[in-house]
Parts: sequence; C-alpha cells; structure tokens
Amino acid sequence: MSAIEIVKLKKYFGKIAAVNGISLKIEEGEIFAILGPNGAGKTTTIFMLCGLLQPDEGTATVAGFDVTREPFKVRQKIGVVFQSPSVDDLLTGRENLEMHAMLYGMPLDQIGKRIDTMLRLVGLEERQHSQVREYSGGMRRRLEIARGLLHHPKVLFLDEPTIGLDPQTRQHIWNYIRRLSEKEKVTIVFTTHYLEEAERFADRVAIIDKGKIIAVGQPKRLIESLGGDTAFFKTAQPEKVASKMKKMNGILNVKVIGDQIKATVKNPQKQLPIIFRRFRSIKSVALQPATLNDLFMKYTGKQIREEEGEGGYHERIMRSQRE
Amino acid sequence: MIALNLIYATYAIWLREVKVFFREKERVVSAIVTPLLWILIFGAGLGSSVKINGIDYQRFIFPGIVGMAVLFGSIFYGLYVIWDRKLDFLKEVLVAPVPRSAVFIGKMLGGASDVLLQIAILLAIGVALGMTTTMSAILSFAVCILLSFCIVSLGLIIGANMKSPEGFNLIMSFVLWPMFMLSGALFPVENLPAYLAVLIPLNPLSYGVDLLRYVMLGGRTAFGVATDLMSLGLFSIVFAAAGIYSFEKMKM
Repeated sequence: MSAIEIVKLKKYFGKIAAVNGISLKIEEGEIFAILGPNGAGKTTTIFMLCGLLQPDEGTATVAGFDVTREPFKVRQKIGVVFQSPSVDDLLTGRENLEMHAMLYGMPLDQIGKRIDTMLRLVGLEERQHSQVREYSGGMRRRLEIARGLLHHPKVLFLDEPTIGLDPQTRQHIWNYIRRLSEKEKVTIVFTTHYLEEAERFADRVAIIDKGKIIAVGQPKRLIESLGGDTAFFKTAQPEKVASKMKKMNGILNVKVIGDQIKATVKNPQKQLPIIFRRFRSIKSVALQPATLNDLFMKYTGKQIREEEGEGGYHERIMRSQRE
Repeated sequence: MIALNLIYATYAIWLREVKVFFREKERVVSAIVTPLLWILIFGAGLGSSVKINGIDYQRFIFPGIVGMAVLFGSIFYGLYVIWDRKLDFLKEVLVAPVPRSAVFIGKMLGGASDVLLQIAILLAIGVALGMTTTMSAILSFAVCILLSFCIVSLGLIIGANMKSPEGFNLIMSFVLWPMFMLSGALFPVENLPAYLAVLIPLNPLSYGVDLLRYVMLGGRTAFGVATDLMSLGLFSIVFAAAGIYSFEKMKM
C-alpha cells in the first residue's frame, strides 16, 4: 500500500490555481522531497494532505484514509512540522510535548516514557524544563520534530524544516531527521527550496512549479537524465571548435557564448581528456556538475532561487514572539 | 473511549491557557490594577460629590467594576486568538485529531479560569477594603462564573473572525466601551433617556452587573433575578454555539 496517493489534486485561491492537478504516489518508508521555488504550491499541497485546507478538485489518501472524508483518521496517522514555529514559547519543551500527547489521545501511562525517549533522541533532555522562548532556532526545530513523531505517526510532513537556519544547524537537523526516520519507520515527506537537501536526503523528489509537477524520480536518476555535466571551454576559435564538437557523441547542447563554448558533457572524467587531445586550441575548461537546478532550468527556463522571499525562521520567531 | 479523548483534549487546551496566563505576569497585574484605579480614584473622586439611591458611590460602582473586569478580561482573552494564529500555535491544535468544538470549549474554559482568578483577587481586595462582605463576594464569584462563560465566548467569536490585530482599536471603540458604559456599571439604568434605555437589555453585561449589584448591595434589581439568570444563560448558549461555528469556519 502506498503511504500517500494523490490524484489530480487542485486548489484555487480566487482564480489562481495554487495547486494545479498534481498526481503522485509516495511509498511507505520513503523519504520524499517536494522541491520548488517559493509560491510553487508546496505548502498548499501539504496543507491539503493534513486536512487543513479542502481540495477544490481531485482526491488524496494518506495512510489509507481519504483526506476529505476521513480527516480525523488522517490526522491521527500524521505528524506535521510547520514552516513557521508552532511551539508555545511560554511552555517548557516538555509541556509542549505533554499537551501534544493529550491532544492525540495517547494512553496516559505511556506518555511520560515516550516523551523521555523523544527528548533524548533530539538531544533536548537537559533543556526540557526551560521555557521554549529560551531555545535557539535549531532547538525549537528539534522540539517540533520530536513532537511531530511523538504519537507514532505513519507519515511525517516537514514543511521547509530547515528554512532560515544556518548551514551547520541545517546539517544537524537533517542528521536527526534521518536517524529518527530509521528508528521510527515513518514515511517522510518534506518540502524544500534548497536543492542540495533534496539531492542529498531524499529517496525520491517531485519538482514542482506553478502548482504542477514537472519531474518525479530519484535525484540521481533525474540528474543523469540531463545527459551530463555542463562544461565551459575557452578557446581562440570557438565557432570552429563548436561545429566539430556538435558531431561528437556524448556532447550535447553545444553553444557559443562570446569566446566560450558551453556544452553538456556526458561522463566528463573520460570525455574531457579526449576533447583536449582533439582540440589543441582549448586553453581551459570549467566544469559545473549537473544539479536539479539544471533540470528545473530545462523545464521552466528559470532558476530555483535559494533566497527566502518570506523571511527566515529566525525572523518569524522574532515576529511571532509575544510583546 | 472517544468521549474520554475529548475530555483529555479539552483539558490539554485548558491547561495550556492557564499556564500561559500565569507566566504572563504583566497581564495578571494590569488586570487587577485597572479595576482598582476605577474604584479608588474614579469611585472616590466622583463619590466625594455623588451618592446614588443613598448608597456611597464607591460601593455603588464596585459591582460594576467587577463586571467591567470580567468584560475586559474576557474580550482581551478572546482577541488573543489572533496572536495564537500569528504565532502559528493554533495550527498545532487545529491539525490534531480533535474536533473544533473541543478546541473552543477548552479555550472558553481556559479563558473563564483566567478571568475568574482575576475576579477572585479583586473580590478579596473588595472585602479587605470593606466594599462588600465575604458572603456577598462568594455569591458574586458564582455570578461571575456564568458571566465569564458568556463574555469569553463572545470574545472568542470576535477573535476567531478578526483577521489581524489592527482591528483591535475598533473593537475597543465599538464593543468594549459601549458594553461597559451601557451596562449600568457606573450609573443606574432605570432613569436613562429612551434612546439609551433600549440598548441596555441587548447588552449581556447589563444582566451580570444587575445580579452583582443585587448580591452585593441587596435591594432592587433592574430586571429581576430570574430574568438576569435566564438572559445570561441564553446569551451564553447562543454565544457558545456561534463560537463553535466560528472556530469551525476559522482559517489559518
């Protein structure tokens, strides 16, 4: 059984389709990334899967339950880590978890033990009795992840789990997420606009833009499908070299840009020496390994921008703190 | 089993509200100090030249100020839902497998607890200052339980339907102050000009203040005890139903 099955899901805000006919299957135990720029429809999709927004068209089942017809059963089976912090500042870390446990109707005699376990797993044991307003951004995130997994969900949704965190903290958060996903045997669906997070941490990725899926698959396969890495050759005779290059096998998209030639080179470790030997006039080469961004470029003609349009996690904490 | 889960969920939300309240000391302090200013400064000031129905003005407005404390505490608490939404804390509650009615009831009871705690302190101060007796204070507290259910529900309706904190001043001007001034808290409602008198029965606080004044000062009531109780009960039920509906409609 698939953990999640989405069929032609649509959501309009006014006349604009924020999610425009997405179909997707996510298998049990997968770590699945939804990658796209800000405003692509990632959060809207997650909200529909959590039952926080009603789809306008299409269906979705999560852990075997239909999100519109059986929202309470769905909610019982999922954990959610929202994009902006949703832990209560004035409660301690432990109190936040206790409240969550009661909201999810966990058996009272198991709550204490389970909370101990999760606090240990995210390394917050020592700070569990501090109010969350004293936590750093990374600690809040860890607490939210522990909370999302507390009630043994089948699927954990993480909406931009590392947004606005510094690179080192991001790495830490991912270590926790991966360790927990193995230990808890949970399907993980996360959204991100960080390319390298999707490439490194996801078993599979769906790339979306303007509410539509433009590609789905294993990150490695998707990158391979591009046909190679991008190389920039410098030569005194770009036109001449380029016309010959176009006839070679394993070299695609040959283009002259000023005094440079841009081309997609398959298997560059083997091919570059051959190219050098053949075209003595090439003075230098710069190689850009292919990324999911190139794939995104190929389909949409634009880049996935990595800056944050809506303000980072820390800004949100600042903004959201009580006066 | 499901009923039990509902009770846990309601309890969890209630507990959070009460804990948060105790940790926001500024809120508790201002909730006590403002009514005291009214009694000690306004009451004493105006009281130096005014007596109402032969009763010392300070003693006359004490029940009114208790009603005011319930009103302001309850409405402010309800408006706090906007903060919950801004904080995104509410998402955590709304994504839980808990019906919105339980969320509403948990918040309503939480808010009423906060308000009643303030009222208990205020009444104790009133007894200490000789404004009322212990027995009257206990009865007044009982009245405030019903009154706080009613007004907290109203506050939550407003909070759930307001989009942003910017509307706060409008609520002050169009809900809070009129409700306070047209409740009989500061002056008797019996001899008002007709255009004001028609508004009094529409205000749930009028019945609360009437009851409070009755249990503290004895003697006449404006509407009668039975009418007061029934009206408050009816307003509470209508507001709670509307509140649950608002919570069900509430968007993130």
